[in-house]
Amino acid sequence: MQQDRIRNFAIIAHIDHGKSTLADRILELTGAVSERDMREQLLDTMDLERERGITIKAQAVRVSWRGHQLNLIDTPGHVDFTYEVSRSLQACEGALLVVDAAQGIEAQTLANAYLAIDGGLEIVPAANKIDLPQADPDGAAKELGDLLGELPDRVLRISAKTGVGVPEVLDAIVERIPAPAGDPDAPARALVFDSSYDQYRGVVAFVRVVDGAFSTREPLRAMAQGTEFDAEELGAMSPARTPVDSLSAGEVGYVITGLKDVSRLRVGDTLTSRRRPAAGPLPGYQDVKPMVFAGIFPTDSDAYTELRDALERLKLNDGSLSYEPETSQALGFGFRCGFLGLLHMEIVRERLEREFDLDLLITAPTVAYRATTRTGEEVEVHNPAEMPRELEQVEEPYVKASVIVPKDYVGSVMELANERRGSFDHMEYLSEGRVLLVYELPLGEIVIDFYDQLKSRTRGYASFDYDVAGFRPGELSRVDILVGGEQVDALSLIIHRDAAYERGRQLVERLREEIPRQMIDVPIQAAIGSRVIARETVKARRKDVLAKCYGGDISRKRKLLEKQKKGKKRMKQVGGVEVPQEAFLAVLNLDSERKRS
Amino acid sequence: MGHVRHLYVHLPFCAHRCGYCDFVTVVGRRGQHASYVDALLAELDLEGSVLAEDVETVFLGGGTPTFTHPPELARLLEALPAAREVTVEANPETVTPELAALLQANGVTRVSLGAQSFQPHLLEVLERRASPEAVRRSVRALRGAGFDNVSLDLLYGIPGQGTADLDADLAQALALEPEHLSCYELEAMPGTRFTHAHGDELERQAEAMEGYFEKVVDTVVGSGYRWYETANFCLDGARAAVRDLRAHHNLGYWQGRDYLGVGVGAVSTVAGERRRNLPSISRYAAALADGHLPPREIERIDHATRDRELLLLGLRLDEPVVIADVGDALDLDALDRLVASGLVERSTNGRGEEMRLTRRGRFLGGGVTAELLAR
Repeated sequence: MQQDRIRNFAIIAHIDHGKSTLADRILELTGAVSERDMREQLLDTMDLERERGITIKAQAVRVSWRGHQLNLIDTPGHVDFTYEVSRSLQACEGALLVVDAAQGIEAQTLANAYLAIDGGLEIVPAANKIDLPQADPDGAAKELGDLLGELPDRVLRISAKTGVGVPEVLDAIVERIPAPAGDPDAPARALVFDSSYDQYRGVVAFVRVVDGAFSTREPLRAMAQGTEFDAEELGAMSPARTPVDSLSAGEVGYVITGLKDVSRLRVGDTLTSRRRPAAGPLPGYQDVKPMVFAGIFPTDSDAYTELRDALERLKLNDGSLSYEPETSQALGFGFRCGFLGLLHMEIVRERLEREFDLDLLITAPTVAYRATTRTGEEVEVHNPAEMPRELEQVEEPYVKASVIVPKDYVGSVMELANERRGSFDHMEYLSEGRVLLVYELPLGEIVIDFYDQLKSRTRGYASFDYDVAGFRPGELSRVDILVGGEQVDALSLIIHRDAAYERGRQLVERLREEIPRQMIDVPIQAAIGSRVIARETVKARRKDVLAKCYGGDISRKRKLLEKQKKGKKRMKQVGGVEVPQEAFLAVLNLDSERKRS
Repeated sequence: MGHVRHLYVHLPFCAHRCGYCDFVTVVGRRGQHASYVDALLAELDLEGSVLAEDVETVFLGGGTPTFTHPPELARLLEALPAAREVTVEANPETVTPELAALLQANGVTRVSLGAQSFQPHLLEVLERRASPEAVRRSVRALRGAGFDNVSLDLLYGIPGQGTADLDADLAQALALEPEHLSCYELEAMPGTRFTHAHGDELERQAEAMEGYFEKVVDTVVGSGYRWYETANFCLDGARAAVRDLRAHHNLGYWQGRDYLGVGVGAVSTVAGERRRNLPSISRYAAALADGHLPPREIERIDHATRDRELLLLGLRLDEPVVIADVGDALDLDALDRLVASGLVERSTNGRGEEMRLTRRGRFLGGGVTAELLAR
């Protein structure tokens, strides 16, 4: 395809603002998929994605429109995947910015729109869902126009659902979005903007060719990671895999690599030919690091092997998931897993439970801390129980958080942000009634129920997005929970000094309620180092006897005692104390309960 | 001649079935008493060969054995083997001077009186017919007939029982100077009429009543009794005048000895087999009238099970359990843990290593025993 007849574009939209429906309509209209084969939201292949209405893995589809090759590059729709979004956007020259005409711009849309604008993309704005009675296309057009510095009449008015305005969208893509630049004669370079795993053919890379051309069976190298392989097959998704002999500058397609491990080919890397290698990679590669960590344990310790196998299988598809074995004396054998963010964690958990039918116990999420010990050693800590006690300094990750709310809720949002150690950055009116608030917040304050609080305090109107802004020192304490004098590793937490007492008190109170009375007094303590900050006692039972036991009922008493013994077996022993698994669950769920109440 | 030295005889008849009772009982049926005693004697005839020549103890339990029509009761007692200890359970309202004399004349050495409480409002909750005065009267009748071994049953943890009620019950029981006291916490058995009526109230009182067991032990032991089994006390030392006033029949159970039980619902443990007669009185009597053994279920008690029982029964007593005697039934790690938490004590003497529950361990005997039982 001639380079000037190619248009590469992404769709940027908030959850439920109609991105997938629009993509479906485009496929239908361009004849890529017959109406009969049309599955709702074809691009989202995973069940979970369809159910949650979000795109987890980006994909790319090639369609034809009036003599042009259009490559629609789908982007992941969530804050956790900002880096993936940025790579997808880098593969494009333009973006469709879709906004629900009844809702207006949301924080996430804004964040991704800024990413696109910063990346120099041509933005084609569209107000969607104009068929809805409560739609306000003019209002949405004005907001979009203000955001982009364009006249509102440049904003397309469409209904992806009914198809109204969709041909005009395609025309606008051809007319407004520039053809790809790039040198067709230079040494070949392609940006990897996504990858997936095919159990028969290994890693499939989705690429945008920037310079030169690639052909089938060409020996390739990923320039950042140094991974080498041969292009077993090249092709384009239309929308099924369709092999081609070559992919040339400006084109978008896939490369079947035969690699058996997704982590060997990362999103953002640059492919080049080993026959005529490029001088340097495309800019912007980052090794994405997990920011949120949690221990995942099978509720049934026999399921450890199944959990390990399941994580291995998930990792094939999800290069950003990391895990390593973790042993907790309270929860047994499991894994400490690293995620890009909370949603990523939720997705992994749901996939483990749904696709692999596992019953899981997940510890409270924590973030990555950078600790400096008194001896000057620097360590990155992903598990509160591993935080050194002799600390010189701890740094925690901060984010820049954007919240968009109706102006009546500004006070509530500010209150929440202040409670969470936020510092105000700035505020602007997007329209008369809607405000963008920007705060800097510790990520550790966000991973625990921030989003739910935000939603509940703004009656669901707030939208929220964040970007990691770097590490800063914080007044953080490691709080340990001790039962019967023994530390319960799974319950340690790292928390700001000011909140440590309150949190420690909540935890020990909750545990006291959950731990059944034993034959001895059981102290439950929260401690910072050797200093106890909260204490409760589960008082010993004063009596526990079977009153009568005569000839007739010896068998029955024996069976009763054996049953009692069996009950003990199901408990975890901590510090000589029988703690039912439910007690850990209750404590780990403290937050989810708080948000329900 | 066999080896069994303990005989239990079940007499199921009662004037009234108390709401909390979960024993095999039948109300009234005067007309059946003679045929039932016939059946008992027939069963004893069929099974009697397991009994040793010198039977140590005989125990007539119920039901209310003393509710049995007196001539039938006398006929039964006459036919039973003589023994060092012959106990009859009695309800106070049935114990007249005549009945006391009948028992005394027929070889009974010990009477166990179901007093339960001395508080009229609590007796009402328990659906007991005897008044506190009837209890005192029956003790006087027994003493008058020459009985020098009388036991009282007391219940605590009765719905509505405050600590003052408990104090009064203990004081009034001790004032009668019984040789033996059995103090049971009321167990609300699931499915009984009683639990249905009072279960919620008991749940509400549970915390307040936690200390009752300890109070009972302190008071009774403080009055010169020996707390020789979880729920049983006997006069000790000077007050016992060198007699061993423990209930020797029951001691047989707790020491894991074999026993023969006859009667409807009665249980025997003989030579590794536990046999339980089924609870239907008509089928019981009919089988024996035809010269057959009554319908029963049989449970094998193998060595491992026997060891477990020896452990769980032995720990109820104040005398130590020889560790070697209970074999693999004992979880040695649990023993170490419990010794460390002061609930079990270990000692050594001529019989080898022994263990027993400490005072606090005895209050928690159920949990401690469950923990000591090996998987």
